[in-house]
Amino acid sequence: MTHGAAPGGSGGVPPRGSAAERRAERLVLLSFGITFLTGIALLVLYVAGGQTQLEGILLTLCLGGLGVGIVIWAQRLMSSELRIERRHPIGGDRHRIANLGEALSDEEGFTRRTLLIKALGGALAGLGAALALPIFSLGPAPGRALFETSWRAGARLATIGGEPVGPDDLPVGGVLTVFPDGDDIDPNAATLLIHVEPGLLRLEGDAATATPEGFVAYSKICTHAGCPVGLYRAAQHILICPCHQSEFDVLAGAVPISGPAARPLPQLPIRLEGDTFVAVADYSEPVGPSFWNMGR
Amino acid sequence: MIRRFLRPPPGTSRPPSRAERAGPADDAERDPPTDLERLAMWIDTRTGLAGVVRTGMRKVFPDHWTFLLGEIALFCFLILVLTGTFLTFFYVPSAALVTYEGEYVPLQGQEVSAAFDSVMALSFEVRAGLLMRQIHHWTALVFVAVAILHLCRVFFTGAFRRPRELNWVIGFTLLILAMAEGFTGYSLPDDLLSGTGARIAYSAALSIPLIGPWAASLVFGGEFPTEALISRFFVIHVMLLPGLFFGGIAAHLAFVVLHKHTQYRGGPAEETNVVGRYFWPSQVFLSTGLFFLTAAVVALIGGLFQINPIWAYGPFEAAEVASPAQPDWYVGWLDGALRIFPPFEPTILGVTIPSAFIPGVVLPGILFTIVALWPFLEARFVGDDREHHLLDRFWERPVRTATGSAILAIFGVLTLAGGNDVIAFYFSTEVESLTNLFRVLTLVVPPLLWILVYRACKSRRDRSQEPVETHRPPRGGVALRRTASGGFEEVET
Repeated sequence: MTHGAAPGGSGGVPPRGSAAERRAERLVLLSFGITFLTGIALLVLYVAGGQTQLEGILLTLCLGGLGVGIVIWAQRLMSSELRIERRHPIGGDRHRIANLGEALSDEEGFTRRTLLIKALGGALAGLGAALALPIFSLGPAPGRALFETSWRAGARLATIGGEPVGPDDLPVGGVLTVFPDGDDIDPNAATLLIHVEPGLLRLEGDAATATPEGFVAYSKICTHAGCPVGLYRAAQHILICPCHQSEFDVLAGAVPISGPAARPLPQLPIRLEGDTFVAVADYSEPVGPSFWNMGR
Repeated sequence: MIRRFLRPPPGTSRPPSRAERAGPADDAERDPPTDLERLAMWIDTRTGLAGVVRTGMRKVFPDHWTFLLGEIALFCFLILVLTGTFLTFFYVPSAALVTYEGEYVPLQGQEVSAAFDSVMALSFEVRAGLLMRQIHHWTALVFVAVAILHLCRVFFTGAFRRPRELNWVIGFTLLILAMAEGFTGYSLPDDLLSGTGARIAYSAALSIPLIGPWAASLVFGGEFPTEALISRFFVIHVMLLPGLFFGGIAAHLAFVVLHKHTQYRGGPAEETNVVGRYFWPSQVFLSTGLFFLTAAVVALIGGLFQINPIWAYGPFEAAEVASPAQPDWYVGWLDGALRIFPPFEPTILGVTIPSAFIPGVVLPGILFTIVALWPFLEARFVGDDREHHLLDRFWERPVRTATGSAILAIFGVLTLAGGNDVIAFYFSTEVESLTNLFRVLTLVVPPLLWILVYRACKSRRDRSQEPVETHRPPRGGVALRRTASGGFEEVET
């Protein structure tokens, strides 16, 4: 026998006409009634213009009434008698496997042509390579794009679509996001212009000369995972990336002093031309997150 | 009358029905067929499915609340498909810039993407649109949570053992798909926060040695941020992944039917039977009720609790960032790993290993591989390749339970580390010291928990009178033994 009832218990269904049965039936009726009424109410609310929180509550009651009613119906008014079903072993018959093996290999025109089978494998590999071709249309070759930004010698530092920035536009302790001539066509050109007390910067050589009047410019793209380094703690001269909490020391060439970033934010060499700042050249190293061949 | 109904029309051939096989005498005593029987006959003579359906209705389902977790996950998926379909009717997958002219005053006149604009319209102008959007997002969060609970139930009870190893792999793949769905969906509104998540994923792809720049370019359509991102993620979110989902869920359920359900020990339950309720009507009613209850709960959360208020974040700007930047909860552990991994970026033979590579690619790769292959690893190490249909109690398998707990602890500690700035804010401490603390905790807590759980399970098991593997005969029945050919034979007891 495949099916059978487990011993013991009448299945828990209350006897016909009993108080328990009537109570269960009333509960199911009440639940379905709530669903009906709240459904109508939802319709009225919708016509009246809708209100998200009320809609949520009414929808909850509407769906919940149906759910509760159906579950009570199943639990209180249907047999919960335990049934037993036999399990049958899954596969594992050696004869069937042997038959399958025979069926797979009984065509000699297939099995004996080992050379052709190998050649077929080779042909399919070729087909696979051909089918992989369109994949390379999905994106341009990386090329030098990762090494460059849209900064060029003479490009003026300006806020997005705004005026070029000069020394008077930024007090000490201030920070401003600038783009080449204010054009953000290349988002990776985002640069932070920071004004510190001129004597505090601890830079040397070219890096030091590229900081006119205590103004220093660093890439805004974090060298860890590419988030914009959006927070500046002016009192300590620390830039913080909100994504993974990397911290960079503005006075010492934006070297990472805490968190997961391992590389300084590249510095944009700038000079003063008249009363606006301009770039001396593009960044000399890749901005943003590292990649394997960035040293080349 | 009834004979005319049962007899095939001239010229058709049909195998004899059960009634015909039983003989004409039996036939004559039957009542005329009901309308339901007529309908069933109409369908059966066109599909031949009556037998299968009848067998299916009498399938037995064991009754235990932990078996409902997988069902709730399935229902969440259905709710996601329903609400998601509604959302696609209004969503515009385009990065083209438009001027926002909707109802939300603070953003009026601002240049935003068409995608952002359409989600704003969905939230403010489409009636019940915000409700649908919030239910969709909340359900996605609940979906992943319930799927993980379901995975834990299967893991800690050993339900993944032979013959269910393949279904474990399918189930785990579905969980990865769910996370990928959540991640791509998170990016679609094109608000300030969503772009940040995509950017970090781009950086992780970029960090892979040798193939990173190519891989990142092919997935994102160039150097981040790209115009292609929104439309690409949209197609992945609403077509590619759901297609894989439907296939995966079908296979997952087909395996449950094929293997029959596992069950806990106790009562008449044995390795060779299934004890529970019939599929029809009890189980169907309970499951239908559970579907509506699941829908009611997510409707309540979606109606009352705001989620992803994109109007407060504003549109995506490549040079801007929201702070605190927090991902959806199930990605938090990856974010945490990225936060606390030390600033280590060596260059070996001219190949730079970016600091995001190990925490962002290698670590999840290793963890996912261990979880995905667990059934095979355990079978090999324990040397147990037998079929199992009775579930373990979690303390009966100290090594498995301890290892599972340790893996969960890794995810837990890393998730907390993903909120180190938020925790630092609430406890008025420095983020740096918290980062160091989490570095220590990640290394210390999992092994410590492993030892603790192992010892607790072991002492509980030793106290228990019942040995783990008993071959005792079933109470009041016959004892069966597997034969070499795979069948069963009775054993004298």
